[in-house]
Amino acid sequence: MVEQVGIRRLVAHLVLWIGIAIVAFPVYLAIVASTQDNAAIANGQMSLLPGSHFIDNYARTLFVGTKGSTREPVGHMLFNSLVMAMAIALGKIAISILSAYAVVYFRFAFRKAVFWLVFITLMLPVEVRIYPTYKIAADLNLLDSYAGLTLPLIASATATLLFRQFFMTVPDELVEASRIDGAGPLRFFWDTLLPLSRTSMAALFVILFIYGWNQFLWPLLITTRDDMQTVVIGIRKMITTQDALTEWPLVMATAVLAMLPPVVVVVVMQKLFVRGLVESEK
Amino acid sequence: MEKQSVFHSRLLPWLLLAPQLVVILVFFYWPAVQAVWQSFLLQDAFGLSTSFVALENYADLLTQDEYREAVLRTFAFSAAIAGLSLSAALLLAVMADKPLRGGAIYRTLLIWPYAVAPAVAGVLWLFMLHPSLGVLSRGLRALGIDWNPLLNGDQAVALVVLAAAWKQISYNFLFFLAGLQAIPRSVMEAAAIDGARPMRRFWTVTFPLLTPTVFFLLVVNIVYAFFDTFGVIDAMTGGGPAKATETLVYKVYLDGLLGNNLGSSAAQSVILMAIVIALTAIQFRYVERRVTY
Repeated sequence: MVEQVGIRRLVAHLVLWIGIAIVAFPVYLAIVASTQDNAAIANGQMSLLPGSHFIDNYARTLFVGTKGSTREPVGHMLFNSLVMAMAIALGKIAISILSAYAVVYFRFAFRKAVFWLVFITLMLPVEVRIYPTYKIAADLNLLDSYAGLTLPLIASATATLLFRQFFMTVPDELVEASRIDGAGPLRFFWDTLLPLSRTSMAALFVILFIYGWNQFLWPLLITTRDDMQTVVIGIRKMITTQDALTEWPLVMATAVLAMLPPVVVVVVMQKLFVRGLVESEK
Repeated sequence: MEKQSVFHSRLLPWLLLAPQLVVILVFFYWPAVQAVWQSFLLQDAFGLSTSFVALENYADLLTQDEYREAVLRTFAFSAAIAGLSLSAALLLAVMADKPLRGGAIYRTLLIWPYAVAPAVAGVLWLFMLHPSLGVLSRGLRALGIDWNPLLNGDQAVALVVLAAAWKQISYNFLFFLAGLQAIPRSVMEAAAIDGARPMRRFWTVTFPLLTPTVFFLLVVNIVYAFFDTFGVIDAMTGGGPAKATETLVYKVYLDGLLGNNLGSSAAQSVILMAIVIALTAIQFRYVERRVTY
């Protein structure tokens, strides 16, 4: 019996390590490829150990970009991605916490209707209404602008529902207490509710940052100028159909750079990330 | 669930709601309404005149073999991605649920792919299995397989499914692990004392208790396979070869890009909307019990 438990644990460790190896292999390969020179990869004889072109490749990727396709330094693309991810995360949190506050702490005409109006937006990803949305963005002169990149992606209610649920758990005594102190609704929101919502906001921020950073279809349509490209779009455009022109070491260096910020966010803020993920799915 | 203690103000709640309402009206409802409206219109070949044709666009779509194939293809894709990703994640979660040394490290090492963009996942797998320079392609050729996903449709589908499933494993793993940890230890111990073997214990005790999680993840994975795989497909195959990887969302994108048939593209969007709403409704209907940490 005891030996059996030992063997079972060994099997569990083994299965987990195999799983981790399979999950990590494509990324390991990308890191290795990003340190080699073009010729080594192009002839299909790539070694599985890092090469000596690390500094050279990353410097070229960040500050120069690829010769053939994008001609835009990846450093600038990373900046665009950062602006987009931050604007989406902060924008969503800001407008959602205000509207959740209104729906939970006030009684007004059409309150239920408004709530449903917001709630329905949960159901449709931007991919579904892509062209009409594109046309509106174009009519409003938002192509190739940060506002155009972010606003349509802010337009959904995930965060509103989460804040609403959280406000429901806040004890009513707190409202009474701040009333006795002579605080109005805005003061109560600012002094009591916001500090209490800190963890929820942070957890949401992690999830929304990753969501924003990894957007693909919308930025692909809305940006026409090279200098407005995000990094995820940049990688896609570096791969040309003629193999000879694709600079794989630089593509892979860009892939590594594109993965780095969101992966670091997940690993470093793991607790918040898991909380945000589970709560936003409720 | 209503607050007992509330503030009274006429104007303030509307001011608080204004930013969100403006954004969703302009960028959500207006385009959605336009999509529905356009799906009832037919433009002539030069885009000079439009006429109201009611449901003709829909009728055209549903009688097209090409569209029917895309529908079937998308469902097959979803089934393959969900099946592969869910079973791999469940296996890993069951292993990680045991009291092991270094359990926290395992979790960290398995959840990070969540942060990889679908398009980037596509590029990574394309590079690994590229016909002329992929590291794994050498091995496949050594086995006598004529590996060329850029020309062979079935292989292209396999490639997209692998990349899409790979990216989704971490998400499923997290929710399965949470579901497993929510099962009371006493239940498992009772089954062990009854002398049930581990495999049997899993299928008769653990799995039934996990069904809410399984069901919830099934819906999430189908939605993921429908929409979020756009980046994977675009980076890897561009819908090819010969439409082998053209899913419904990708078809909307291509048809609209060519811009020759807005009515049909809009009708496709509306059909997709209906599918998502149905899936979401199912989820809200049947999945109220949620895992808690």
